[in-house]
Amino acid sequence: MAKMKGAKAVVEALKKEGVTTMFGFPGGANMPIYDALIEEEKNLRHILVRHEQGAAHAAEGYARASGTTGVCMATSGPGGTNLLTGIADAYLDSVPIVAITAQVSSHLIGGDAFQEADLFGLTMPITKHNYKILDAQELPKVFKEAFALTRLGRPGPVAIDIPKDVLNTMIEFNYPKGELKIPGYQPQLIGHPEQIKKAVDMIVAAERPLILAGGGIIASNAHQELVALAEALFAPVTTTLMAKGAISDLHPLCLNQPGMHGRVVANWAIQNCDLLICIGARFDDRITGDPATFATNAKIIHIDIDTAEIGKNVRVHLPIVGDAKSILTEMLKMLANVKYTKGENEWRKRIKELKRECTCDFNLKGNPIKPQKVIWELNQLMPKDGILVTEVGQHQMFAMHFYKAPGPRQFISSGGLGTMGFGLPAAIGAKAAKPDKTVVDLAGDGSILMVNQEFTTSVEHDLPVAAVVLNNNWLGMVKQWQKLFFEKRYSGTNLGKMPNFVKLIEAYHGKGERVERESEVHDALQRALKTDVAFLLDIVTDPEEDILPMVPAGGRLDHMILGKPCPKI
Amino acid sequence: MAKNETDAKQALHIISMLVEDKFGVLQRISGVFSRRGFNMDSLTVGATTTPGVSRMTITTRGTDERVEQIVKQLSKLVETLKVSELSPDDSVSREIALVKVSVKDFATRSEVLSYADIFRARVVDVAAKSLTIEITGESTKVDAFIDLIKPFGIKEVVRTGICALQRD
Ligand SMILES: Cc1ncc(C[n+]2csc(CCOP(=O)(O)OP(=O)(O)O)c2C)c(N)n1
Repeated sequence: MAKMKGAKAVVEALKKEGVTTMFGFPGGANMPIYDALIEEEKNLRHILVRHEQGAAHAAEGYARASGTTGVCMATSGPGGTNLLTGIADAYLDSVPIVAITAQVSSHLIGGDAFQEADLFGLTMPITKHNYKILDAQELPKVFKEAFALTRLGRPGPVAIDIPKDVLNTMIEFNYPKGELKIPGYQPQLIGHPEQIKKAVDMIVAAERPLILAGGGIIASNAHQELVALAEALFAPVTTTLMAKGAISDLHPLCLNQPGMHGRVVANWAIQNCDLLICIGARFDDRITGDPATFATNAKIIHIDIDTAEIGKNVRVHLPIVGDAKSILTEMLKMLANVKYTKGENEWRKRIKELKRECTCDFNLKGNPIKPQKVIWELNQLMPKDGILVTEVGQHQMFAMHFYKAPGPRQFISSGGLGTMGFGLPAAIGAKAAKPDKTVVDLAGDGSILMVNQEFTTSVEHDLPVAAVVLNNNWLGMVKQWQKLFFEKRYSGTNLGKMPNFVKLIEAYHGKGERVERESEVHDALQRALKTDVAFLLDIVTDPEEDILPMVPAGGRLDHMILGKPCPKI
Repeated sequence: MAKNETDAKQALHIISMLVEDKFGVLQRISGVFSRRGFNMDSLTVGATTTPGVSRMTITTRGTDERVEQIVKQLSKLVETLKVSELSPDDSVSREIALVKVSVKDFATRSEVLSYADIFRARVVDVAAKSLTIEITGESTKVDAFIDLIKPFGIKEVVRTGICALQRD
């Protein structure tokens, strides 16, 4: 059994967990860990971000692109508080990350010491679980448990706060082997066979079954089973933002996304189906609108690994608690043994019709450049295994609407928290996880300015990502709400004198181009995607182009403000 | 109407849990309540026969659905080992109150003592101008006793909150 300092034990624990990349930023309290990292340069790559929020988002991007736990680290006080946005983001999107913070020494805790913040208290409501290690000997067990918890059951972030003196204490490093028993957290993984049987009966009886797939499909690696179920039932599938790509957006049964900025066809299908099979989604208000008017013609089957999600937001006729992959596998087995016919009917015909009418697959010509045009070009140019990350705003919703994500883990966006500034660091994290893939951050001009310091991280650590900025000179999404719901009283949303983005990226030793004409978009985008260094493509877009259709907050899914190309329902 | 007033009109629920005896566990649990704007009417914590495990009993008011949601969220916490809602019919519950009541003369003193007797309450402290009475029972009994002696002038009252167990 090896004796070592707590700080070294942190690094050893990370290695035991198979961590090869982490994102962090040093300071007084976590210096012992940085010291221990020097020897591990080859085994454990530390990526120095330029703001701790970037470390948390990068860990998220890493986790979401790779399916493994992402790791970020910060020092006590401001280092830790800077991580909070990213941790909260991971919490709402169920992303497995471990956030390590250092704390002032034990004897100083509670005395308002220099750089003391109660990180244990601060991270508690935004983590799946969190720890403060006061006994150095506990360190290996805490790390083992923390990593397990990030992925066991519903994934999520776990925070570990470690006082500096604990990092300097000598301990016996005895890393727990095998699976750890966590008595207070024993999620149900296998769906109840009776419930699955009942679901199959309901499915067989349904004439208009619709699948609503959420991020749980991707977390559970159940995308193949999802497609198999859809094909077996000849059932259309609508995926939430978190599940975009779980079934290819190009699949004939895929209706893309539902909800506030969803497709007309997806919302129509929800309102008119007789069976809604929801798998790994949580009926967020951006999906349901007014829950009392949501899918009122349907019976609802809700498959989720988290018991607390059942019945939380909408009434459910049949819950099945467990892991999506295992439940869908069982369901498919049972379906193979029953007779049912799933042929063409009026409903399916209407869906096909609506789908054709709102393909949203058009090449908008003319100037000023339309956001849709840029995404149309992205669809042509993005390699089939490329990863699109987004910031938050209109551009994100344009991407949701128009981008064709070919598969799971290829569309990464901040769904639950809607965090501007998520995209660039998350793209860097995704690139660290998948260095061979093209990674693009589709950004708004407002969002990119929140985190542009991370271009340095991209350059410095040779993680070339391309930020495609839809520059409309506004905080577009908020402006759109002011236009629609505040009588065009624009307040705080014009970005005024924008920086020269090309000079900005060049200052970071990256490359950049500005595009003002529609005819230049294709070629410039091609160069951006092929870049071998951080790239910023500044595309001047039409500030008047709103993202439509739209269901006003709390409205009914079938009462949408329609856009020009939308079919009437 | 303030949130608490609406809640007060709603049914009382008793939540019983076994929790790991670790620092922060109370904060985690109260966070589940406060985040949803729920008030705890009472909270009791004490050791069990298993070292490292405590039992907590919390009473709260709200609709059945919202309380069910709270129970589910509490169950999800890593440091809660078992969470259940106790129904009043299938459980036994007790609460203790200490009531300091003023007694200005001999007549009121004996009147208060006779009430205490009826309620099987005990006098635990006697002073020149006051009596301190200990009463144990279901909360409704404690309420009734306090209401009854209110007219004499209650100087101070302290209640432990409910502790409860499921009947076998
Ligand atoms: C950190 C943060 N602050 C504020 C908001 C509110 N918000 C949502 S969208 C938006 C505008 C985003 O502007 P931009 O990045 O330029 O994108 P656009 O909508 O113009 O495409 C704002 C301010 C947010 N989502 N995140």
